[in-house]
Amino acid sequence: MAKANVTFEDINITVSVPAGTRVIEVSEKVGAGITYGCREGDCGTCIMKVTDGWQHLTEPSVLEDKVLRENMAGKHNRLACQAQILGGNISVKPA
Amino acid sequence: MVDSDNNAPAAVALSERVYWIGAFDPDLRSFDIILKTANGTSYNAYLVRGSEGVAIIDTVKEGFAGDFFARLETVADYAEIKVIVLNHLEPDHTGALPELMRRAPQAQLFISQKAQTMLKALLKRDKLNFTPVLTGDKVSLGDRSLEFLHTPYLHWPDTQCTYVPEEKTLFSGDVFGCHFCDTRLFNDEAGDFRFSFEYYYAHIMRPFKDYVIRALELIEPLQLDLIAPTHGPILRDRPKRYVRRYREMSQPSLSTDKQAKARTLLIFYISSYGNTRRMAEAIYAGVMSVAGVRVSLYDLEGGEVSPFVDLIEDADGLLFGTPTINGDAVKPVWDLLSSLTVVNLKNKLGGVFGSYGWSGEAVRLVEDRLRGLKLRVPIQGLRVKLIPTEEELEQCHRFGRELAQELLGLREARVIDFAELTSS
Ligand SMILES: Cc1cc2nc3c(=O)[nH]c(=O)nc-3n(C[C@H](O)[C@H](O)[C@H](O)COP(=O)(O)O)c2cc1C
Ligand code: FES
Repeated sequence: MAKANVTFEDINITVSVPAGTRVIEVSEKVGAGITYGCREGDCGTCIMKVTDGWQHLTEPSVLEDKVLRENMAGKHNRLACQAQILGGNISVKPA
Repeated sequence: MVDSDNNAPAAVALSERVYWIGAFDPDLRSFDIILKTANGTSYNAYLVRGSEGVAIIDTVKEGFAGDFFARLETVADYAEIKVIVLNHLEPDHTGALPELMRRAPQAQLFISQKAQTMLKALLKRDKLNFTPVLTGDKVSLGDRSLEFLHTPYLHWPDTQCTYVPEEKTLFSGDVFGCHFCDTRLFNDEAGDFRFSFEYYYAHIMRPFKDYVIRALELIEPLQLDLIAPTHGPILRDRPKRYVRRYREMSQPSLSTDKQAKARTLLIFYISSYGNTRRMAEAIYAGVMSVAGVRVSLYDLEGGEVSPFVDLIEDADGLLFGTPTINGDAVKPVWDLLSSLTVVNLKNKLGGVFGSYGWSGEAVRLVEDRLRGLKLRVPIQGLRVKLIPTEEELEQCHRFGRELAQELLGLREARVIDFAELTSS
């Protein structure tokens, strides 16, 4: 299966994951500082900053875009419970 | 004053242009499930009259809509209402909104940026006209104006405050409010409500101290003759005192330690035969071997929940040691963990350990709970079957050391495989 690497900058850990993994599935287990509320793209608790490899995540859905806007998210912010890692290397940290 | 001789509810003037049009609920004893009140509460709503129209700021709980509309009608016609501001969407302030919108369909609705999807969920309508606002946004009523302050999470995501500069009046929503029902309405006339004010803060605002401080940055520079909250007395006598009190209650109480950059780690354990306790002591020694972490060790059997909650609020890391008894962690652990909703735990470091006899569920269950409480749990919990051996105590020592290093951000960069995370 295609692999990707996701680096959690706040704890300095890189995890090699199968393509298609959602950030939420990794970050909690590894103990990164991204936190979760609803887990379904509604509350905005899990907003993270993608510092590198933005293009290696699935495109935000209409709903995710709306939640990001309502929460005044900055550029390259995504919802960790929604974004799926497609391949390559990405780096994230809590927003 | 409030109710005239024939008991018809009337608006109360706060100034020539500002009126209280809320309702009293003296019979309420329990609020939002989590609060008690010995004499009820009030739902404060307000009306501001400008030369070019009237604004309504917040409404009341649905069952009290009659009083609200009756008071409103003593000072304005529905046709004059140009603006409706919702500082907070909780039903005790929006219960009369649908009917108000029906009676004043021309009024424009102003809500905070973060309130938009919530408003839709509240009113169950798709087509809704409203204007989302942020700090700096204003709306004019002619010779009076409304300025919005974006103050989210006080105590819901949608909350905001509204300031009328010409009146030096802040409509603060639930901020500076309390559940205290007194028809004398003003802080200089009402009974002693200090206890209610502090109690309300402790249960409603305390989990959001960081947001309180951000809001105070916006509120403190304002000229304030009057603070008009949505519950309890209206603060016209020395309103800044209440702002200062919020500041005091929101600053970390161990601020000197914070300045010294010491990281604090608390170890809580409970133990029937001393096995989990031995683990706790070895972990404690392991943490002590790393400079820069102030660690404390507490037996849950020897303390009350509420002082522990205070300690936890200011700590950087928390470890819990529990044996497995009948397939679960023990009640004092759950009691403490279920009492932490009044403090902000986000991003604190968590860890769990414990001795067990054959199945050992407790450690994993508590780890899951800590994650649910938004702690980070980067190092897998440590379980020991029955009596810890020397080797296992050495493992505990290492566990403590690693957690201390994690707390100080000293752990080296690592690369791991997803399978390692999911295997256990
Ligand atoms: C003090 C208080 C805190 C709340 N905190 C949350 C929260 O953290 N997350 C959430 O999704 N809803 C929260 N809510 C919203 C309630 O879950 C919501 O109002 C719900 O509809 C209440 O259901 P009920 O009518 O069965 O009590 C909170 C409500 C109150 C009153
Ligand atoms: S956890 Fe609520 S949006 Fe991701």
